Amino acid sequence: MAKGDVQLLGAWSSPFTNRVQMALNLKSIDYEFIEVNFYSNKSESLLKANPVHKTIPVLIHDEKPICESLIIIQYIDEAWTKNGQSILPSDPYDRAIARFWAAYIDEKWFPLLKELGKESGDETKAAIMRKIFEGAGLLEEAFVKCSKGKEFFDGDNVGYVDIVLGCFLGWIKVTESMAGLKLFDETRTPGLAGWAERFVSHNAAKDIVPEPHKLIEFYMMVQAAKASTG
Amino acid sequence: MGEELKLFRTWSSRYALRVVHALKIKDLEYETIFEDIKNKSTSLLEYNPIHKKVPVLVHNGKPICESLVILEYIDEIWKQSPLLPQDPYEKAMARFWAKFGDDKVMPSIWSVFISQRKDQEEAIAQAAGNLKFLEEQLTGKKFFGGETIGYLDIAFGWVANLISILEEIADLKLVDAEIFPLLSAWMNNFSDHPVINECWPPRDKMVEKFKAMREPYVEKVA
Repeated sequence: MAKGDVQLLGAWSSPFTNRVQMALNLKSIDYEFIEVNFYSNKSESLLKANPVHKTIPVLIHDEKPICESLIIIQYIDEAWTKNGQSILPSDPYDRAIARFWAAYIDEKWFPLLKELGKESGDETKAAIMRKIFEGAGLLEEAFVKCSKGKEFFDGDNVGYVDIVLGCFLGWIKVTESMAGLKLFDETRTPGLAGWAERFVSHNAAKDIVPEPHKLIEFYMMVQAAKASTG
Repeated sequence: MGEELKLFRTWSSRYALRVVHALKIKDLEYETIFEDIKNKSTSLLEYNPIHKKVPVLVHNGKPICESLVILEYIDEIWKQSPLLPQDPYEKAMARFWAKFGDDKVMPSIWSVFISQRKDQEEAIAQAAGNLKFLEEQLTGKKFFGGETIGYLDIAFGWVANLISILEEIADLKLVDAEIFPLLSAWMNNFSDHPVINECWPPRDKMVEKFKAMREPYVEKVA
């Protein structure tokens, strides 16, 4: 398939963009990456591609846009069936479990990390941290059940839940260095600790998950920009 | 093969109603367990320990949670009367709009319901903007699924069932047939379908329930 047929509008710092890049890598799909600076004025091409939410990532395939990262990943899995192994599990029940955990990660767990970044009060921060650790505990259980003793949530291969959670590893490391503790540590969450190391060095993910120091620089720049316009 | 299907639901949950509609469209037999939200059963807490919510579908002892996840599961296991389109792009669109319904449309309608005066005017404008997207999706179609009811129609079931109840209580019209002709027609077509309306919770109980939910937000006249 010609590279021009597939475009990804996104941002290098966005984990939601990163996970789509990982899905495209898993399927060895050639694509054109169009960097969007979503903190400045939304570009015309973005507003045209995603008039409803005006957010990235947006995958454009044969001129048709698909929005929302989880929906994009499932689309990639279903539109390219001959490229490598499938991203979602093949068993319908395992697929339902994978979708459940993806929804949990996006709707319940990751928002806690964002909330932590915004809060300043010590007590509030401590309360959020407790919830984050509780969630990590649930994800550890999920890992043990889904992986069935193998390396990744999907088993021998990197799959849906791996990339849905793994795309956050850069920002997780940023949170860890700012909070001075480990979210996926060897004592409390040994499964996830091992998984995290294996994931960031996997072909699908390395070169995609940004270096924590770059993310910190980016975070500082965004905070400064907000302060100067506020 | 003996399939064991159980659905944990409440009498009013619009999310559980999605699963009921899907099971009825597929003509599947199942056992219903009605939950009291204030006194959840041990079974529900065991089957859905993370969210402790309905609906939960239990198939041969294995639980599936989250209504939209359940719909996809049902569609993948039982191939009769398909709910989702076959084409990957059309499928992606159905999933996108279902999520839009839950993440944006529903909260905006709720804002209209619980707000007053200027806040309500702003909320109405927001909700109308969201409903316009739905109106556009119905261009040239009887149902969101085309000629027959599908995944997106079921996902939007609460629009057909709940909005008129909220309109009645708050004494306003959100889905005006002149402004939203296609959406209004869809609401009638969807509601008229026997598989749909025979499952709906009693309207008077729903009015009572939502009136009570609105109470704390309504300004008391001195």
